Amino acid sequence: MRRALVFGLIGGFAAWHLSLVGLIEAFAGRRLIGQGVTFSYVLLLALMLTVGYLVGRRISNWTGLLGAALAGLLVGLALWVLALLVATVDLRTVFVAASPALPDILTFNRGTGAVGLAVLLLVGAAVGFLGGGLTWLPATGRRAVLTALAIAVLVGLLRDVLSPIFPAPVMGFLFTPTGGLSLPGTATVLALALAVPIARQVLANRASSHRGSLSVRALQRRRVAARVIGVVFLASFPLWAGLFLSNVSDFVGLYILMGLGLNLVLGFAGLLDLGYVAFFAIGAYSMAVLTSPELGHFTLGFWEALPIAVAMTVVSGILIGLPVLRMRGDYLAITTLGFGEIVRLLVLSDWLKPHLGGAQGVTRIARPELGPFVIDRPQEYYYLILIGCGLAWFLSVRLRDSRIGRAWMAIREDEDVAQAMGINRVTAKLLAFATGAAMGGLSGALFASLVNSVIPQSFSLLVSINVVALLVLGGIGSLPGVVVGALALVGLPELLREFQEYRLLVYGVVLVAMMIFRPAGLWPEETRVRELEEAAEEGKTRAPAEVAAVTQDGA
Amino acid sequence: MPVLELESVHVYYGPIHALRGVSLTVERGEIVTLLGANGAGKTTTLRSISGLIRPARGRIALEGRNIVGLPPHEIVKLGVGHVPEGRRIFPRLSVEENLALGAFTITDRQEIRRRLEEVLQLFPRLAERRRQQGGTLSGGEQQMLAIGRALMMQPRIMLLDEPSMGLAPVLVESIFEVIQRLNQRGTTILLVEQNARMALEVAHRGYVLETGSIVLEGPAAELAHDPKVQAAYLGARE
Repeated sequence: MRRALVFGLIGGFAAWHLSLVGLIEAFAGRRLIGQGVTFSYVLLLALMLTVGYLVGRRISNWTGLLGAALAGLLVGLALWVLALLVATVDLRTVFVAASPALPDILTFNRGTGAVGLAVLLLVGAAVGFLGGGLTWLPATGRRAVLTALAIAVLVGLLRDVLSPIFPAPVMGFLFTPTGGLSLPGTATVLALALAVPIARQVLANRASSHRGSLSVRALQRRRVAARVIGVVFLASFPLWAGLFLSNVSDFVGLYILMGLGLNLVLGFAGLLDLGYVAFFAIGAYSMAVLTSPELGHFTLGFWEALPIAVAMTVVSGILIGLPVLRMRGDYLAITTLGFGEIVRLLVLSDWLKPHLGGAQGVTRIARPELGPFVIDRPQEYYYLILIGCGLAWFLSVRLRDSRIGRAWMAIREDEDVAQAMGINRVTAKLLAFATGAAMGGLSGALFASLVNSVIPQSFSLLVSINVVALLVLGGIGSLPGVVVGALALVGLPELLREFQEYRLLVYGVVLVAMMIFRPAGLWPEETRVRELEEAAEEGKTRAPAEVAAVTQDGA
Repeated sequence: MPVLELESVHVYYGPIHALRGVSLTVERGEIVTLLGANGAGKTTTLRSISGLIRPARGRIALEGRNIVGLPPHEIVKLGVGHVPEGRRIFPRLSVEENLALGAFTITDRQEIRRRLEEVLQLFPRLAERRRQQGGTLSGGEQQMLAIGRALMMQPRIMLLDEPSMGLAPVLVESIFEVIQRLNQRGTTILLVEQNARMALEVAHRGYVLETGSIVLEGPAAELAHDPKVQAAYLGARE
C-alpha cells in the first residue's frame, strides 16, 4: 500500500506539472471523441492509467488492484486540489498557465465543488483499477489493448490530416462534424486497431507451429513482398496524401537526408560533429547564389547549380575536416559547433551582404525544370527528395559494407589501434566528412529550392541538434533508425502543432526516457547483426553445394 | 641484416625526455624482450617503432630501411604488427570482423579468408566464438584475439605490449605458450613485459630499460642470472 501511495503522489505531481506548464490547457481545443473528450482529458486519464499499471506491476495480487485504484484516486484528488487552488487563489503571477479556464478542464467541467471531487475520485479510482487490471492480461493482449488505444487517440488527433485522404462518407462516419471521432467511429477504430495485432498473433502462432515448413525461401518471399508494398507506398504517397502531409514529408525527407549524412560521420566514423548545419547552409546558399537573379552574380538553372552546390559542400567538408583531424570527442564537438556558428554569422553579416543577402536572405531561387514541366509544388518536390534519400541510402549501405566503412568503424572503436592496423586516419576521416557534407549539402540545396528562399535564421544551431537528436533517437549508426528518428522528431511535431511550444520539453523527456529504456535507439543497428545471422543460416543450407564446388576446384 | 634496428632514439613528450638514446636490434626469428619498471619507456619505444609517436632524433630501421617519419599506416604495410597494451580489440565488432581488420592492408578478399582460417586454426577458442562480439570475450581470449589480429597482416616483426597484463596466472602461461609457438612458426617478436621471469624464459635476448635508457643487455639466460635484474625485476632476496 505504501507503493500505491508513493506512485499516486508521483502521479499527482506529474499532473500538477503538466497542468502548470500549460500542456493540459493547450490541448483543451483538441476534441478526440465527440464534443466532450479532449486530448487534455486523455492526457490526464493516461496518467491515471500509467500510475495504476505501475502499481499493479509491483504487486501482483488483489491488493495490487486495490492499490492501483488508490493510486488513481490520489491522482484524481491531486487534480481536484489543484483545481480548487487555481479557482480560489490567483496563481497567474507565478504560473502563467494557471488560467481561470484550467479548473474546468481539470474537473471535467464538473466544477470544484463536491460533484467535481466525487467525479474525479471516481474516475481516478476506476481508471487506476483498469490500469492495474492491465497487468493481469497476457503480454500480447496488453500490448494490443495499449496499441489500440494509442491508435484511436492518434486518429482522433489527426482528423485534419486524414480528411483529404479518405472520401467524405468515410470521414462523415468516423468523425462528428465539428468535434472528434463519432461514437461509432471510435468503436470502429478501436475494433480495427485491436483486430490487426490479434490477427497477426494468430498468424504468427500458426506459422510457428509449422516452423519446419516455413522455409528460408518463404521468409525471403515475404521480405520481397514487404519491399514492394513499401516502394508502392512511397511512390504513391503524394498522390493521396494531400498538400499538408506532402509538405511535412518533404521536411522529414530533408532531415532524413541530413541524418544519413551525419550518420556517416557520427554513426560510422564516430566523429561528433555539432556543426552539421554548416553543410546544410552551404548547400542552400550555394543554390541561392548560383540561381537567384536577385543577387545578379549568376543565373544558372537548378540542374546546373545542384552539382556545383554539392561540390561546394564537399570542399567545405574537407576544409572543416582538415583542422579537426587530430581532435577527438568533446574537443571535436566544440570545434565543429564553432564552425556551424561561423557559417551562420557569415551569411548574416553586413560584410557579405552584397553577395549573400544579409539578414533578409535571398529569394527567387530556381525551381527544377524537366523539359516544359516545372517542379514547384511540395507533392512534386517529394519525388526529388525521395530520389535524394534513396541515393544517400544506397551510398550509405555500400560504404558501410566496404573497406572504407570498416576503416571508419575501426576508427570509431579505437583510433590508435585502427592506425596500427594500417588504416590511414587522414583519408578515412576526410572521406567521412566529405561524403557526410555532400548529403547535407544536397539537402540544403533542395531545401533552398523548395522554400524558394534562404534566410540565415533557418540555419541555427537547433538544426544541428535536431539531426544529432534524431540519430540518437533512431539508434546511432542504424540506417532505418535515421528514418524512424526523423519521423518521430520532425514529422510528429509538425502533425501535433500544439506540441511546438513544448517541443524542447518533450525532447528532453523523450531523450531521457530513451537513455533509460532503449539506450541503443528505437531501431538499433543490431538488426543488422540479426540479418547477418539469417544470411549465415542461408549459407548453411547452401553449404553442401559450395563445398562440392570448392573441392572440385581443389582437384 | 637485423629485422629491426633502433639507433639512439630520442623521444620527448613536451619537456619530458622519455627516451634518451635507445639502441636495440632484433634479428630474424628471435624473441627479444624489453624489460623495465613502469614509466621506463617500454611502451614509448614500441609506439615510436610503429609510428604513433615521432622520435625527435635517432634512426629506426626495418630491414635496413629508415622508417622514422613515415605515417603509421605505411609502417604497418612494411610489416610491423603492433599489439597494443591493454588488449585493445574492437569490442563491438565480432571476432571475425576484428581479425579481418587486421588484414586491412590486404585487398584480396580470398587471401583475407585464407589467413582468417589459418589464424582461427591457431586459436581454436576464437574459432568457437567467431561471431561473438569482441567485448564479450574473456580477458585471455581478448588477448588471443589481439595477437591473432596482428598475425593477419603476416608481419615481419610483431610488437607485443604487456600481453600478460591483468590475466590470471594460468592464462599468462598459455599466452606465453602461444608466443613461443608463434616464434617457432617463424614470427620475429619484440616483447615488452613486466612479468620478467616469464619473458626471460621464452626470449632469446633481452634489454633492460631504465628511465629512457638501456642499462643492460644480453642473452636471456644471462640476464635471468644477473643479480641486478634478479633484485629489481625477479623479486629475488639477498
